[in-house]
Amino acid sequence: MALWLLRRLVQAGFVMLAMSAIVFIGLHAIGNPIDILISPEADQAERARAIAALGLDKPLWEQYWLFLQGALHGDLGRSFVFNEPALRLIAGRMPATLELAVTAVLLSVCIGLPLGLYAGLHPNSFTGRLVMTGSIFGFSLPSFWVGLMLIMVFAVTLGWLPSSGRGETISIAGVGWSFLTVDGWRHLLLPALNLALFNISLVLRLTRAGVRETLPLDYIRFARAKGLTPGRVIYVHVLRNILIPVVTVIGLEFGSTIAFSVVTESVFAWPGMGKLIIDSINVLDRPVIVAYLMITVALFVTINLVVDLLYTLLDPRVRLGGRR
Amino acid sequence: MKKVFASFAIGATAMLGQLPSATAQDIAVAVGAPITALDPHYHTLTPNEQAHAHLFDRLVETDPKARLIPGLAASWKLVDPTTWEFTLQTATFHDGTPFTAEDVAYSIARIPTVKNSPGSFAIYTTAIAGVEVVNPHTIRLKTKTVYPLLPVDLGQVFIISHNSGPEPATEDFNSGKLAIGTGPYRLVSYKPGDRLELVRNDSYWGGKPAWAHISYRFIPNEAARSAALLSGDVALIDSVPTADIARLRSDPRVKLWETVSLRLIYLMLDLSRDSAPVEVTGPNGEKLDHNPLKDLRVRQALSLAINRPAIVERVMENAAIPSGQFLPPGSYSYATDVPPPPFDTTRAKALLAEAGFPNGLRISLHSSNDRYLNDAKIVQSIGQMWTRIGVQTKVEVEPWSSYVGHINKQDYAAFLVGWGSSTGESSNPLRSLIATFDASKGRGAVNRARYSNPEIDHLIDEALVTVDDGAREKILMQGVRLAMQDVALIPLHEQKNTWATRADLTYVPRADEETHIFDLRPAK
Repeated sequence: MALWLLRRLVQAGFVMLAMSAIVFIGLHAIGNPIDILISPEADQAERARAIAALGLDKPLWEQYWLFLQGALHGDLGRSFVFNEPALRLIAGRMPATLELAVTAVLLSVCIGLPLGLYAGLHPNSFTGRLVMTGSIFGFSLPSFWVGLMLIMVFAVTLGWLPSSGRGETISIAGVGWSFLTVDGWRHLLLPALNLALFNISLVLRLTRAGVRETLPLDYIRFARAKGLTPGRVIYVHVLRNILIPVVTVIGLEFGSTIAFSVVTESVFAWPGMGKLIIDSINVLDRPVIVAYLMITVALFVTINLVVDLLYTLLDPRVRLGGRR
Repeated sequence: MKKVFASFAIGATAMLGQLPSATAQDIAVAVGAPITALDPHYHTLTPNEQAHAHLFDRLVETDPKARLIPGLAASWKLVDPTTWEFTLQTATFHDGTPFTAEDVAYSIARIPTVKNSPGSFAIYTTAIAGVEVVNPHTIRLKTKTVYPLLPVDLGQVFIISHNSGPEPATEDFNSGKLAIGTGPYRLVSYKPGDRLELVRNDSYWGGKPAWAHISYRFIPNEAARSAALLSGDVALIDSVPTADIARLRSDPRVKLWETVSLRLIYLMLDLSRDSAPVEVTGPNGEKLDHNPLKDLRVRQALSLAINRPAIVERVMENAAIPSGQFLPPGSYSYATDVPPPPFDTTRAKALLAEAGFPNGLRISLHSSNDRYLNDAKIVQSIGQMWTRIGVQTKVEVEPWSSYVGHINKQDYAAFLVGWGSSTGESSNPLRSLIATFDASKGRGAVNRARYSNPEIDHLIDEALVTVDDGAREKILMQGVRLAMQDVALIPLHEQKNTWATRADLTYVPRADEETHIFDLRPAK
């Protein structure tokens, strides 16, 4: 187990190293951030000064070397744009994204699982078919458009919910959270629903497929023949067996929901990390991009770890780091 | 695509009643571009400067048409050819300390020392050689040479308190600790990427603004910004997307405010090399032995081939006016005898033939697709117009972040750029865009075509030491005339700036693109 964990961490370290090198070379190939950031009225001397101020006059290998040195001390550099440490900048935006992503994932489980179960148990009923047809919209409509429609209906036409932005926050340990206030929830609901829509459909369809596959299997028949209540058959025997793929997908989707919620964040003007990363890419703000991707890698590694641990709980046959 | 959705969203709500209005003293507004810092000396960027204008003041301010008006300086005059004297207003900072000449001296001294600045305000103070505090209400600024544009440059420089410490850090402004100015509003909080909360400074030295409290939000997404206005979440939005203008205009709950800006959209042609650029070939792709773009007749032909009114009407949805020079009519140093070039394909073809290309040319035309209003669509239209006179045009667009590197290295034969003449007069574009590229003199820094005309260079030198406004204007107009006759660049149009507000408000649209919420008032 310890060896397995160690191997995972070393792997993650190599991925981060490779990723940062690729980002350095890639951004260098695209262009010079000073060209984008500097006032067009600046003269040649001012341009040279700004390039030197950000350390961009040094050869690329030296810039990368300096970055590695800093990274070992936990310093991923200062944003070219905001002149603040990149990590602090991202950490400042993270709570907004986290609460959005967690709400979205909870929504997708709470809505997707029961609906999928229902559609799997009653595949030929009208409601079952309706749910399945509805789910096609869930993953085929672009979230950009759905977001705008949600705003149009609930904010502009009905006026029930605010159109965009984050609500009132309550500070806990120096971090503002909006899910603790009513106003916060009013602002959170639409973007979370928009972000969840795809995952709801995904979970729903996975659950249904799992149920359809599991129901005819021998052990289910046996459980029934044994005289177990339908509730116990479904919730213990069926559900537990179909949860493995669902947990895998939710885990992966949670990662991408956090890392790539940019569309929803921009449509709803949600001040999270997604907007930060897109803005940073547009101005080639390398320290922020590198730090963001490193955090993303760390996030995915952690989530996969948690998913693997969950497997062992759900399925006793799975052994971590076992003999191959 | 985005814009289509936005229009759809707006259309569907047209049947609704009045937009809800918040309490009379509070107002929420949305601007498209977030700020990068609350430090007013950190980054020369319009979104920053318009936000800072609520908290800080400048010595010299500009009116909505970009003409100079008194700010923290009540008046200014030349005491000798290289010494300017500024007489200061009585004002106090938000922390109660009085504003004095020390603060001006401190701000000017601090500007070049701001750490890690990606775009320093030092370009506006570089002409200053010495600062002399005469008394708390008078300051003298000495310039290295005769420099009549000093008040214009100081129109960009915000004044901070000299109690900000020896090396004030940008972070301390962002946290609010040092965001203490003399402006009409005080900072309550700044949530990066989200909003500024501001309250009225009741001891402001100028006029009293209408709103006690402002929520100043950043909503970069165009459709979301329009939706925020229509749902009543905000009372004003800036940079109204061109696709939404027509629909918003017909909505009785909304009022539009627009003015012609100081931003010219233009094309540049590569004049940096004598051999033909790779992207310019003969009509059948054959290599040319010289650079045809250096031939004035070819440049004229390319300019005459463009139907500017059509671009303004169809592509820009009338959110622009056709242009033949750097500034819109009515500006200082606008040359009245330089109209937008006519649309004349016959003459364009004749000029091409005269230049030795009766069968036309092949060329690539480049643009960004995320920088200027409809930039990619504009070059697509021009591509078709050029092809019609026999110049087969290949249109290529890419994001600004990679585009700007290429145009700075003279990689492209023909490319679209925009220029906002922040000073509202022609010496600014002449110095940066037209003057011969010369790093030692700091001239022609964005003369990406590498156009060079000694006669114009001479006129610029002359204008910059001419103190008399009338005489200087004549020299600048001559510079404009020469540059346009020589097709140093191909002017297309001046953009309009558009704001939308609730119908029960009045607003003063500004030519310099800045959004000032203290200019927003309830309609009487």
